[in-house]
Order: sequence, then structure tokens, then C-alpha cells
Amino acid sequence: MFIKSIEKTGEITIRLLESCGRLLIFFTTGAIHIFILPVQFAKIIDHTWFIGVKSFFVIVLTGIFTGMVLGLQGYYSLVKFGSEAGLGAAVALTLVRELGPVLTAIMVTARAGSAMAAEIGVMRISEQIDALKTMHINPVRFLFTPRLIASVISFPLLTSLFNVIGILGGYLSGSILIGINQYDYMDTVIKNVDMEDINGGFLKSLVFSLIVTTLCCYRGYYTHLFSGFGARSVSLSTTNAVVQSCIFILISDYIITYFLV
Amino acid sequence: MTAPFIQFVDVKKRFKTQEVLKGVHLSIHRGEITTIIGKSGTGKSVLLKHIIGLMHPDSGQILINGEPVHLLSREKIKAFQKKLSYMFQDNALFDSMTIYENIALPLAENSYYPKNRIREKVMNRITELGLLGTEGKYPAQLSGGMRKRVALARALVIDPEVVLFDEPTTGLDPIRKKNVHNMIKEYQEKFEFTAVIVSHDIPDIFNISQRIAMLDEGIIQFEGSKQEVLDSHSTILNAFIRGEEV
Repeated sequence: MFIKSIEKTGEITIRLLESCGRLLIFFTTGAIHIFILPVQFAKIIDHTWFIGVKSFFVIVLTGIFTGMVLGLQGYYSLVKFGSEAGLGAAVALTLVRELGPVLTAIMVTARAGSAMAAEIGVMRISEQIDALKTMHINPVRFLFTPRLIASVISFPLLTSLFNVIGILGGYLSGSILIGINQYDYMDTVIKNVDMEDINGGFLKSLVFSLIVTTLCCYRGYYTHLFSGFGARSVSLSTTNAVVQSCIFILISDYIITYFLV
Repeated sequence: MTAPFIQFVDVKKRFKTQEVLKGVHLSIHRGEITTIIGKSGTGKSVLLKHIIGLMHPDSGQILINGEPVHLLSREKIKAFQKKLSYMFQDNALFDSMTIYENIALPLAENSYYPKNRIREKVMNRITELGLLGTEGKYPAQLSGGMRKRVALARALVIDPEVVLFDEPTTGLDPIRKKNVHNMIKEYQEKFEFTAVIVSHDIPDIFNISQRIAMLDEGIIQFEGSKQEVLDSHSTILNAFIRGEEV
């Protein structure tokens, strides 16, 4: 019994280490191929369109409602202390430092990350990845590298959009609906949001882009190792990719915040 | 007799607890069509995947022109693998790419061919395989037989020296099966490539094959020409051809 539990622990540890090693090799291979010519322009543009441009409306919608909720909640909290004039700063700082990068990353994971995992997973079970190998095309370079570049371009831009729309949402609920002085709202935003806050959010969105793309592509690429073959394996890989991405977004958010503050 | 182009010497392969190849000895000669027959799940596709390098043996050797692969330099292995093409059982076409893009893929991704040269080569294959007019379509818009032809066009576009066919007629009706067999024969004679076919189309496949090998219980039970197959007294081979269990 005791030996069996030790064996099981050892087996799980080995599997975990193997998985970590495979993930690291996968990421490194993809990252190295960014610098190997020829640059895959057409594919990068295609994926930037899919990850970035096609996420536009989702980001605008979530941004505006997040900002509006922050405006409402912020007002009713601040008014207790007579500090409602600082609503603009509260909304903007919450968005720029935290909610902007995190919610953008989670929304893009749900929309584009899941699609990446599913598409690559289907390619795995239908032998398209093997076909790439037989044609001497590096599958990691072909499938992962352009998506990685596209994500690094898209995530910060989408985060910026989320922040701007969110601040406008806060303005809408705080100033237009509740009636806080419009000038005060914008003035506190401008005076209190520093470049340091924006850079922190930018750094987070970059890290999240790497996490989401790597985990989603990795899960799809190794669908057969984690969940077997067949349609069910693709759905499991996709679910796992989204759940793991969200968990790692929140963990890395805490770690980055810890070092930034 | 010339030395085999590709040779398996006591190749063994195991997946977890299941030993699929238990010591395979097989010779494939240059410019010939070699067909591997055997029951489903006996490791025929595994054998093909060893040739193209998608899988590696646990033990034993694969020789290329008499030289063990594991002793060849990376460059030599790469150079050899670049002469190989593989036609998958389910075609493995890229659903999100057009027929033209599918066929052009191995050239577009691997070489610095000018675009007009790639276009010329791809259009030649499209014309030769009767696929004109399908260039802008997607694989899902074509029939099973046409998808097979697209897969064959993609396999042939790089002018390979060896083409590996993994059950190329699966899911086709008898007329289309015959067409695919004739197509393989015709292009093999035209381009003089070495072909290795995994097939269940007995006895039709014998008509286009120079050599036939039977894989059963993880080993090659029989290897020889069509005539040798017909003359063979091997119980396993004869029972398989008649569709009977031994």
C-alpha cells in the first residue's frame, strides 16, 4: 500500500516534469522561429485579424459594461466617505492596472484561445500535423509561431481599447447617469493615471498573451497525449486549455502585481 | 541482385505493453511498387511511419542504400527524407486551405522557388490528375475520389523518389479503387518513383505490385513477387487472401 502510493506519486511527478519540459521546448521552439527567416507575414496578418480585429466587439462590450459597473459600485462606495469626486481615478486605475489586462486576456482566451486549441487539436487527430512533418514543415513554426506573434501584437492593443472604453463606461454611469461633475471625472483620470500604471498593464497584457497562446496551442498540439483521439479529446483539450489559461492569467497577475507595487 | 533501397533488419516497436513490430525484416527495391498486406491493426502503417521518420524503432535497424539510418549524419537523413512523400489514409488535407494551397504547401513552405515556378508545377499536377477547375475549392467541397487525387497531387508535387501510400483506396467504390490503382501505376511508371503501398485490396493490388509482403503477428510472414504469392503454400498468406481466419 505504502509502496504503491510512493510509486503513484513518482509517476505523477515524472508525468508533470515531462509535461513541463515538453511545454518549455514547445514555447522555445516557437519563440526561436520568430527570428528565423522567412517571416510568415501572411499567416501573422491572418491570425492578427482573427485574434485582434475579430475580438473588437467582445472587448468593446465587456469594456463598456465593466466600466459602467465600476462607475456605479465606485460611486456608492466613495460617496460614503464623501470622496465621489475621485470616481474617475478609481475607475481608471482599477482598469489600467488590473481589470483591463486580466479581463481582456480572459475574453480573448474564451474567444480566440479556445479556437486555437480546437483547430490545432482537430489537425492533430486528423493527421494534418503528421502530414506537415512528412512535408518537412516544422509544425510548431507553422502553427504556433504566427499565432504567438499575432497575440503579442493584439493583446496590448485590445487591452488599451478595453481601458479606454471602460473609462468611458465609468463616465457614462458616473457622470451622465448619476450626475458626478464631468470635468472632475476626466480631470481625476488624467491627474492620477501615470505612465507607470500604463506600463504595468502593458507588461501584464504581454505576459498574458504568451501564456494564453502557448497553453492553448500546446494543449491542441498534444491533444493525443492528454486526452486520446477523437472528437471528445478535442473538446477536452479545448476546455483544459481555457481553464488552465484563466488560472495562469490570475496567478501571473498576482506575481507581476507583487513585483510592480 | 542490387542491394535494397530501404531495408528493415529485425525492427521492433512497442506501444506501452503492446509489441506491434516483433522483428521485421523487409526489403524495398528502387523503382518498384512494394505492397504490404495484412490484417487491420497489425502495424502496417507503423511500418510506413518508420520509413518517413514519424516513428523510430525501439531496436533493430533501417538501412538506406545499405547504410544504417542511425549512423547517417543529420544532413544525409534530411536529404533522404526530402525525397519522400506520404499519402495518408484519410488524405490529411488542410480543410481551411484551398486545393491549390494544399498542393502548393510543400513547395511554398520549403523552398525559395519563385511564385510563378510554384504555380507552374502545381498547375501541371492539377492538370495531370484531372483536377482543373477545383483549384479555388476547399477539400470538403470535393468527392472522396477527388480528395484522393488532391492528396496524390500533393504527394507528387515535390517530384519524390519514394512515395508511401497508406491504404490509398479506403472508402472508395470498386471503380474508383481501380482508378486509384491505375493512377498509382501510371504515375509510378511516368515518374519512376519507388512506391510502398499498404493495402487490403486483394487481389487487385497484386496487378500493380512488383513485390508483396505480408505482415502478421508483428513479423513479415511472406515476401515475394505476385507469382510467388500465387504459388505460395504459406497457410497464413493463403488464408488471408481467401479471407479466412487461420
